[in-house]
Amino acid sequence: MPATPPLFAFEDVVLHGDGAPRLDHLRLEIPDDGVTVVVGPSGSGKSSLLRLCNRLEVADRGVVRFRGQDVDALDPLLLRRTAGMVLQRPVPFAGTVRDNLLVARPADASDVSLAASLERTGLDPAMLGRVADELSGGELQRMCIARTLLTEPEVLLLDEPTASLDAANVARVEATVRSLVARGLRAVWVTHDHAQAERVGDRVLALAAGGRAVADGAPEQGAGA
Amino acid sequence: MTTDIGWVGVATSLVLVAIAVALSVRQGLGLERSMAWASLRAGAQLGAVGVVLAVILDPDTPLAAAWAWAAAMVVVAAVTVRARAPEVPGMLPLALATVGAVTALCLAVVFALGIFPVVPEAIVPLAGMMVGNSMAQTAVAARRVVAELADHRDEVEARLALGLPWPDAARPHVREALRTAMQSQIETTKVVGLVALPGAMTGLILAGVPAGDAVLVQLAIMYLILGAVAISVIVVGVGVVRRLFTADHRLVPLVRR
Repeated sequence: MPATPPLFAFEDVVLHGDGAPRLDHLRLEIPDDGVTVVVGPSGSGKSSLLRLCNRLEVADRGVVRFRGQDVDALDPLLLRRTAGMVLQRPVPFAGTVRDNLLVARPADASDVSLAASLERTGLDPAMLGRVADELSGGELQRMCIARTLLTEPEVLLLDEPTASLDAANVARVEATVRSLVARGLRAVWVTHDHAQAERVGDRVLALAAGGRAVADGAPEQGAGA
Repeated sequence: MTTDIGWVGVATSLVLVAIAVALSVRQGLGLERSMAWASLRAGAQLGAVGVVLAVILDPDTPLAAAWAWAAAMVVVAAVTVRARAPEVPGMLPLALATVGAVTALCLAVVFALGIFPVVPEAIVPLAGMMVGNSMAQTAVAARRVVAELADHRDEVEARLALGLPWPDAARPHVREALRTAMQSQIETTKVVGLVALPGAMTGLILAGVPAGDAVLVQLAIMYLILGAVAISVIVVGVGVVRRLFTADHRLVPLVRR
């Protein structure tokens, strides 16, 4: 029986930045299971790695594969709805929470389904009519996760989603992602916070400055690498 | 009223500039050199244009000369737009196409509907007005689109990340950019005659044309300019935004100037 291809595979990937490469001949595989955390210091190319996963950027050299297929050969719009990205800084669009959720063009755009997506992220469904700009940082980030969930992704790509949150909201976002993964979603979470990697990751991959993979393993092994 | 102003009249009109230069020197503002240079340059440019226009407007000169003059204005305008908006990729051909098409469309409307006769005296000034206004707003619109998308890159990418195609991801920002680019022309049109009399009408009245006729000419020109500017802004906005996204729906790196 053929082995299951990894969720994402980076095959000798080079991505140039201003001057130094952001990813330097990166070879890395992300298993198709649970939460994979990618840790690394600032400048190690963590965000670039995620942006390559849903083709907000393309590699200068090498191949990025999603479940065995070269992402360049996939429909980018479909790929982005299958592997949904949550950005580091929550980006609310103009209008209410409902307006924000509708931007994702859910198949079922009824208030019931929109409210259900809020509930999945631990938010009060009654906030549909609230102006998005007036939400707290933690609420905003979870609204962004709810918005991404409405595209019915199979994978969440999380770019330091708790970087701008206080401890209580960090815990809420972490719990939200863990509960989504428990219901079958995969997650790729990048962070510079090793303690968080241990808390949320089923495994941890480490990047070094300059964009090379240095270690991987279970959280207790990899987090300190 | 006659129009035999003569060189003495022109020289006399420089009195006010001379007073301003004197004031600048006395107050140490340092504006005298640029004012003198601007006055001299305007005189030389208009003098040269006058010589060429005299040839073009001569009854013995073929009509093609007036059309050639209009075409040359379009080329100069496109080069100017590129110089004003160097951060926009592929600006020269886009400006050439936009300004050229809008000017051609406006002149076609003017002459097909018989608003003005097809004579050099109509072709040259009308083309000048269309090209001038279209040029200015084309540059503004192109720069605004780039600035809006650069300033709101995170919002555009958040929409792209939700699987939206680039036209939908860019639309709210392009709409804002084009609205801003159109604003000054709409404001100018709204207050026409209240704050200042427009150029064509002023010129006609100074040349002795009855005020009623001058108003009609001005109205026709104003509507044409408003239409030309709106079409230019929309065409260039759509054209520019198309150049800022890749075929696989990514926003290219943008430089804000």
